[in-house]
Amino acid sequence: MMKKLTKTGLILLLGMMMLLVACSNEATSQEGNNEPAGQEESDDQYLILATTTSTQDSGLLDVLVPMFEEQTGYMVKTIAVGTGKALDMGNKGEADVLLVHAPSAEMELVENGSAINRQLVMHNDFVIVGPKEDPAGIKGMTKVDEAFKKVANAAALFMSRGDDSGTNKKELAIWKKAGITPEGKWYQESGQGMGQTLRIASDKQGYTLTDRATYLVHKDEIELEIMVEGDPSLLNIYHVMQVNPEKFEKVKAEPAEAFVSFMVAEEAQQVIKEFGVDKFGQPLFFPDAGKDEKELGL
Amino acid sequence: MDMIWEGIVQAFVMIVTGDPEIFEITWLTLKVSGTATLISLLIGVPLGVTLAWTRFPGRKFLISLVNTAMGFPPVVVGLWVFLLLARNGPLGELELLYTPTAIVIAQSVIASPIVMGLTSAAIMQVDEKMRLQIRALGATRRQMLLLVIREARFSLIAAVIAGFGAVISEVGASMMVGGNIKGYSRVLTTATVMEVSKGNTEVAIGISVILMTLAYLVTLFLTMLQQREVKG
Repeated sequence: MMKKLTKTGLILLLGMMMLLVACSNEATSQEGNNEPAGQEESDDQYLILATTTSTQDSGLLDVLVPMFEEQTGYMVKTIAVGTGKALDMGNKGEADVLLVHAPSAEMELVENGSAINRQLVMHNDFVIVGPKEDPAGIKGMTKVDEAFKKVANAAALFMSRGDDSGTNKKELAIWKKAGITPEGKWYQESGQGMGQTLRIASDKQGYTLTDRATYLVHKDEIELEIMVEGDPSLLNIYHVMQVNPEKFEKVKAEPAEAFVSFMVAEEAQQVIKEFGVDKFGQPLFFPDAGKDEKELGL
Repeated sequence: MDMIWEGIVQAFVMIVTGDPEIFEITWLTLKVSGTATLISLLIGVPLGVTLAWTRFPGRKFLISLVNTAMGFPPVVVGLWVFLLLARNGPLGELELLYTPTAIVIAQSVIASPIVMGLTSAAIMQVDEKMRLQIRALGATRRQMLLLVIREARFSLIAAVIAGFGAVISEVGASMMVGGNIKGYSRVLTTATVMEVSKGNTEVAIGISVILMTLAYLVTLFLTMLQQREVKG
């Protein structure tokens, strides 16, 4: 009996030990995988990229990040959160570089010295999507704040992100412009990412504001159509910026600077230009490096 | 229904074709949760035994705390581990945030109270008279400990199963402290969440099938260990 128990215990222990050993091996080999041979310094050289869910969920970063890692040997730790959270991480020095889409909130970081080297990367646009029946009758409208007013007046269901993301900030700015404080049973907050919010809006057949890229990615599995598009104020602009290493001593300066340069360089811009064309028949993002925000019609 | 079926098909495709990314994610999941379970055993079993055998003021209060901790929401544990490991947190120097190690730490914290609570319950169940008898027969403390542990082995393996089950199915903490970084700290649960928000429902279902299969296989192995003892 005793022997059997010892044996069982040994097997269990051995199994666990093997796991432990394998795990520590993995940690080293993992990092090894992410760098080209011969660039040893990258073992401890990584950067934390705080970004919005749309860049990850659209698959764009799955193309760009490996390119950057290949070129520089730095490893990128991509943390995809809402823009609000990403900016907050930048403001606390918890990330090294930010790729976000809330220009006025970004300027606050630049002004308080948390962010430097802010560069325009790309844009796409926001659209209002809604059920085919269009209960508020907004389809084809060109003024987005007028459309929001009609939704509110009709008390038609509107699904907000409610998560302080870039899209949420945009939506709230439009309500403000329309002079409406959205509240009541018709206005609901999902508190989730864009993909999830689209699904919920589709299930409940409500309206929502979404970036075009996420909408195109989910188009086939939801029952929502584009209602309003093309208003200049619906422009969705992405900037990349470094978190200021002089303000936060733990922030990695060189990898972050390399990432900013990479994003606005010719090669990455070309990838952005072509990304999604084969799958969706249209680009998800439009490259803008070197342009001025004003050229985009703001 | 179509979607679910496609997902199951997708799972088989991913397993049969040996999709390297899925394999890597599955392997990491097994290692991270396995290591966390092992650590929770090293912490939880001795503490559980001590809690069961010693008598001191405030013991019942402590047990109630451990029992509460058994049901701690993983996301709360994740938040606290995040705050500890964050760059500007107390352990920021270690640069452990957004690493697989960070997930192991969070999962160990989640599983330890479970192992501890179930261990102490299992040991307390062993008849006190038996302990006295063992002592009377001249066993050393160590021998007695081994005997009592053997007596409680079914419940102890159940504790391992419960601990492992809790951490392998946990997503909140892994997301928060691991960051779901592709090819580095992405585990099956965080990959599922991401694929859903990417709109790849079939892939998400496929991954979840793999996760359930993995959890089942590990539990099956442990159950066989447990039941083999019954025959003996």
